[in-house]
Amino acid sequence: MSTAAASPSLLQRVSSALYLHPRLLLFLLLTPPLMWLGVIYLGSLFSLLLQSFFYLDDFSGQIVREFSLRTYRDLFTASHMDIILRTTLMAAVVTLAAAAIAFPLGYYMVRYASMRMRAVLYLGVMLPLWSSYLVRVYAWKLILAKEGIITWFAEQLHLLWLLNAILSIPVIGGPSLSISYIGTFMVFLYIWLPFMILPVVAALERVPRSLIEASADLGAQPRQTLWKVIFPLALPGIVAGSIFTFSLTLGDYIIPRIIGSSRPFIGQTVYQLQGVSGNIPLAAAFTVVPIVIMGVYLMVAKRMGAFNAL
Amino acid sequence: MMPEQASVAVSFASVSRVFGEVRAVDNVSFEVRDGEFFSMLGPSGSGKTTCLRLIAGFEQPDAGRVTVHGADVMGVPPYERDVNTVFQDYALFPHMTVYDNVEYGLMIRKLPAAQRRRQSEEMLELVKLSGLGGRKPSQLSGGQRQRVALARALINHPSVLLLDEPLGALDLKLREQMQDELKDLQRRVGITFIYVTHDQGEALAMSDRLAVFNQGRIEQIGTPGEIYEHPATAFVAGFVGVSNLCEGEFARNLTGSTRPFAIRPEKVALLAPDASAPDGAVSARGTIAAVTYLGATTRYTVAVDGGRLTVVRQNTGDSGRALATGDGVRIAFARDFMQTLKADNA
Repeated sequence: MSTAAASPSLLQRVSSALYLHPRLLLFLLLTPPLMWLGVIYLGSLFSLLLQSFFYLDDFSGQIVREFSLRTYRDLFTASHMDIILRTTLMAAVVTLAAAAIAFPLGYYMVRYASMRMRAVLYLGVMLPLWSSYLVRVYAWKLILAKEGIITWFAEQLHLLWLLNAILSIPVIGGPSLSISYIGTFMVFLYIWLPFMILPVVAALERVPRSLIEASADLGAQPRQTLWKVIFPLALPGIVAGSIFTFSLTLGDYIIPRIIGSSRPFIGQTVYQLQGVSGNIPLAAAFTVVPIVIMGVYLMVAKRMGAFNAL
Repeated sequence: MMPEQASVAVSFASVSRVFGEVRAVDNVSFEVRDGEFFSMLGPSGSGKTTCLRLIAGFEQPDAGRVTVHGADVMGVPPYERDVNTVFQDYALFPHMTVYDNVEYGLMIRKLPAAQRRRQSEEMLELVKLSGLGGRKPSQLSGGQRQRVALARALINHPSVLLLDEPLGALDLKLREQMQDELKDLQRRVGITFIYVTHDQGEALAMSDRLAVFNQGRIEQIGTPGEIYEHPATAFVAGFVGVSNLCEGEFARNLTGSTRPFAIRPEKVALLAPDASAPDGAVSARGTIAAVTYLGATTRYTVAVDGGRLTVVRQNTGDSGRALATGDGVRIAFARDFMQTLKADNA
């Protein structure tokens, strides 16, 4: 070591220079990821926003690159609003259902499950994410089809009348589960549930046991402890999960195309507009919609105190 | 002054609590009198916190009976017990203000908001936190959080207040100040305090009585004076304060008998080597083996035939010439100060 100290190698000189100038090190380390974030993420988002203010010339079919609100006027027509409303409603229902399933399951995993059981449940949640999305969606198409296993089960249990009653509900029903909103909802819920469970579990893990004991010690029954202590402290996790489930449902175009009634969702419309119709400005305007909805949602959540426990 | 016929606040009758292979609490019996400041002292893992949790209702005994004010509390959940706890980590609700934390128990009992606020103001004044009610726990110092936890428990006027090492996370100065305040508070509110600590100084300073725990059992129960002056076992003598444990040959060289005994370092006098020992005192010649200056006191290690004794002298300035390593001395102590020990519980 003493000889090395006498004549430091290039590597040693570089590392001591970096040690003595921590800002230089920070600059070198952060520039690539910041470039990535700045150019690829924010840059493309900005260009998207810009595109939405151009418009398609009706006669020539060419994009006119000048500032105009014409595209947004087009967006707010009844048939387009229908698509937005349908997608938003579906996203909201999927999110609520995911939270309703994730909270009790997460609570069980954190408080009661043994280490082994917990590992099994984690694996159960994560495993579907390892296989192909398309394979899973097509598998669901078979499961939900009129000749599928659900119909078969209903037959065996003599509950076909119940299945038919559910399918005969106007709007959300249809000829079979795979051609109805109920089917679309079920597959959305299945596909996005892990993204709700993981943050909820993480949030519940951060609630110290002593807070639950303190609540009981101060006279609160378990039900009161749940609503006054555990739920508010887990809320940031639920909100984080709902950001995933909500925005992923808002943007997805594959599930509603494979499963459900043929009425379009935002994602499909964007796909259609930018590919077939070549109406990039309207496609861009459609993609701005989920961004605005998420922004409003987060503001309301913050206003309601969802992040007070952070 | 404790009334002679004080009623019993908490009693343990042959209580055991087993976690797997570990007997965390092993056939423990004791009584805490009403209005008393009672400490449970012991090293970590000695069962003192488990005893506290048995009283609070977070644990249920595997054997024996726990009673609070005469009523068997077996199977009674924490939220139906008339006891409150100050937790070691304070366990303040991070999403609530200080007011909401303090008023939590009253809110659960559905007291009107105005009444709750009036009582919490009173409580915050009692713990010297007036004006901080609107803050979040994260905006408070450790000492302030500790006071909020205290106010949150006391506002419910529990019959027994349980404190689980509440001063453990505070620095020394603040801890000493809080010891005095807690003791003072307990006198004023007149509630039975059961205090868990591993700090023997704290237990001696604050308690009316204390129980010394070791390996799930109680070694000795008594007043601080009894515990310090007359430790019943070698464990107590070693854990509460510092003691010289003398047994076997060492004991015979000093006293002529092999009966084990303990002697406190401050009870041993250091005399000139040729000085004559006072009548009836135990005395022996020795050599200073080490000197450690501690500020208010100096600790000497004296090599005596058969062993070593620790001796502590106040640095009063007139305690004679300074002694150095290698100096010959004579040690002496009155037989009254010797604490004869029975074998350890084990």
